[in-house]
Amino acid sequence: MLAPDVVTALTHLVTEAEPAGLMPARQQMALSLGWHIVLACFGVAFPAMIFVMHLRGIRRDDPVALGLAKRWAKVSAVLFAIGAVSGTVLSFEMGVLWPGLMGTYGDVLGLPFAFEGLAFFLEAIFLGIYLYGWGRMPPKRHVLMVLPMAVTGIVGAYCVLAVNAWMNLPVGFDVVDGEVTNVQPWAVLFNQQAFLQFAHMWVGAYMLAGFSVAGVYAVGMLRGRRDAHHRLGFIVPFAFASIAAVTQPFVGHVLGFGLDERQPAKLAAFELAETTESPSPLRLGGILVDGEVKGSIDIPYLGSLIAMNSPDKPVPGLDTIPEEDHPPVNMTHLAFQTMVGIGTLLAAAVVVFWFQRRRGRDLLERRWFLRFAAAAGPLAVIALEAGWIATEVGRQPWIVYGVMRTPEAVGDYTASLWWLLGISTVVYTAMTVGAVVVLRSMARRWRAGDADLPSPYAPEVQA
Amino acid sequence: MSLELAVAAALFVGVIAYAVLGGADFGSGFFDLTAGSSKRGAELRTLVDHSIGPVWEANHVWLIYVLVIWWTGFPESFAAAMSTLVLPLLLALLGIVLRGASFAFRKYAATLAQARLFGIVFATSSIITPFFLGTVAGGIASGRVPLEGTGDRWSSWVNPTSLFGGVIAVGTCAFLAGAFLVADARRSGQERLAEDLRVRALAVGAATGAIVFAALVPIDHDAPTLAAGLEGRAAPLVVLAGLAGLATMLLLWTRRYAVARITAVLAVAAVVSGWGVGQYPWLLVDEVTIADAAGATATLQGLLVAVGLAVVVVVPPLAYLFRLTQSEEWSRPDH
Repeated sequence: MLAPDVVTALTHLVTEAEPAGLMPARQQMALSLGWHIVLACFGVAFPAMIFVMHLRGIRRDDPVALGLAKRWAKVSAVLFAIGAVSGTVLSFEMGVLWPGLMGTYGDVLGLPFAFEGLAFFLEAIFLGIYLYGWGRMPPKRHVLMVLPMAVTGIVGAYCVLAVNAWMNLPVGFDVVDGEVTNVQPWAVLFNQQAFLQFAHMWVGAYMLAGFSVAGVYAVGMLRGRRDAHHRLGFIVPFAFASIAAVTQPFVGHVLGFGLDERQPAKLAAFELAETTESPSPLRLGGILVDGEVKGSIDIPYLGSLIAMNSPDKPVPGLDTIPEEDHPPVNMTHLAFQTMVGIGTLLAAAVVVFWFQRRRGRDLLERRWFLRFAAAAGPLAVIALEAGWIATEVGRQPWIVYGVMRTPEAVGDYTASLWWLLGISTVVYTAMTVGAVVVLRSMARRWRAGDADLPSPYAPEVQA
Repeated sequence: MSLELAVAAALFVGVIAYAVLGGADFGSGFFDLTAGSSKRGAELRTLVDHSIGPVWEANHVWLIYVLVIWWTGFPESFAAAMSTLVLPLLLALLGIVLRGASFAFRKYAATLAQARLFGIVFATSSIITPFFLGTVAGGIASGRVPLEGTGDRWSSWVNPTSLFGGVIAVGTCAFLAGAFLVADARRSGQERLAEDLRVRALAVGAATGAIVFAALVPIDHDAPTLAAGLEGRAAPLVVLAGLAGLATMLLLWTRRYAVARITAVLAVAAVVSGWGVGQYPWLLVDEVTIADAAGATATLQGLLVAVGLAVVVVVPPLAYLFRLTQSEEWSRPDH
């Protein structure tokens, strides 16, 4: 018979040892979410841009606007298709990778997903109607068919973010003797952080899609194609992205209120606060090596001001939090600052652009600005990915903050789960290459004057 | 009807809708794959594009609907099935991803070589997806998914019931697609194509019908609980499936395509319902019943609210989309 202390030590060992499937499952989730989120942004934000363009085309009888709307619709057919299937991957992965989460909390967190599914249903239906409705419906009715997609983008994004907000600040249930009881699904759907998280993501989606689409036309202008088509194709998405970019710093700042109480470890990691300093500095860059901050540029007071809205209130340091509750600090910190840095840069850039335009100076005449505008799309993608890395990695080691640790949620897998990640990487790479090849070929054919893009195997082409 | 049963019924309506609507889209991959050379198959492949293009994403959402209601309404059984049946589920998922992506890519491909590559991926993945989803159904129906712990990750889906389930899924999808495509071909005035499709739809129908009823023999030994249900409570549905299937064959034979679609849908819906009613009251056969698997009451009520809302806000536009696709203007080829 084992002595009690040996038993304790053994149990300790078992609980401490990381399940073999944990790391591959997390990487798998990161890959599939990180890939899908870019397409999801287009799903959320692109319809409104198409609507504005299409409406302009009809209202002003503007063939340039109408042509752009038509092309964007075809592009969205490709983007939304891969967005739909990559979103499905996530639904499967919720169960396959995280049965501990879904089995225990499925009925707590599920209701927002049901409403998200509803929104997705409507989006898919109106997408079908809109895409195939060109020339087959009265134009005034047809243009309205894209509008529901902008609305379902809001509802869908809200619901998904409600679940994520719940993972950060779980509400709507009690745990009594290890059993989940008193489940209140509506409290989850309307949890306190859901709206702000949604607003942050929604605005981010408009930045990503707006800057990306505008960037395509910036590249065209750089190559000397400075017609009305390119100017309009640039300015409409850029206007959407501009409003989003100047709003985002405020939304992000408000979202951060009270993070020191909700998730102190995340805030400490964001701010790279190893110890509690009053007032806390703003620590630009830098990494934590063996508990020491290295290589950062510290700006005094600014940390307290920004994170705590106070001249001297300190950011609680990591040393106040038990070691086993620390997230991977460096990744969280650098990702967070990447997001903030790029967001600030983009906000400043659009302010300069519109300010100069007011003064009669068109920066679209400047090559350096066009180069920047071409880079703004990829920058917005990086900022969005970095933001998700910051919030998700910053929540570790919890999958549901304070309630369930990520190792408890992961499925019963051996290290062979890495194979899934390998295969997924190949599939996602192939899908990315396929999308790029097809979209570029569409642009090439449009430039060559081909309007309808018949499939290469169409009978009339074959004949 | 109890609350749990109402949610389970809503879930199963989604399964049937996905099997019928999503199934018809997957099935068109079978006809696409067997359409012959790019020149000979041009007309059919264009018809497939045109037929499923506007609807496949909406039809695909039924799968999401099913997954979401399952994990929200019956969370533990969902986690159990996903853990044990991880392999066929991931293979089906691979098919879903490749099917959707390559279908969209093919339509806008620049060259014939690219279109051919995307086309092969589209058509093959359209066949493997229903196969693996069918094996999942078979694994659950034959009682191979334990509620606690993880079942055998191979024998849970490599077994007679699963394999027949997979083949039946592929067959019913192709059968439905045949009935739909032949009607679409006629509506767009492609009589020669309709004739060709008619012969193949009849062949697919005969083969599928034979397999569905042949499957009853191995299921008898391999999945006794399901078999008892099929011979008992679900027997009328089995008979209905047979009759509707025969009626479809007869209607195709006599070229009454518009009505044949309805009987084809009825036949497949009866096959799928036969499975559901046959394994009632089990959610995971021999492991957990619908009543025992249910999650929190407040959540089940919330789900019914969501389903009610779906009936009000999703069904009308869905009907509108389907009506549009069947209209004169939408039957014209792309311009």
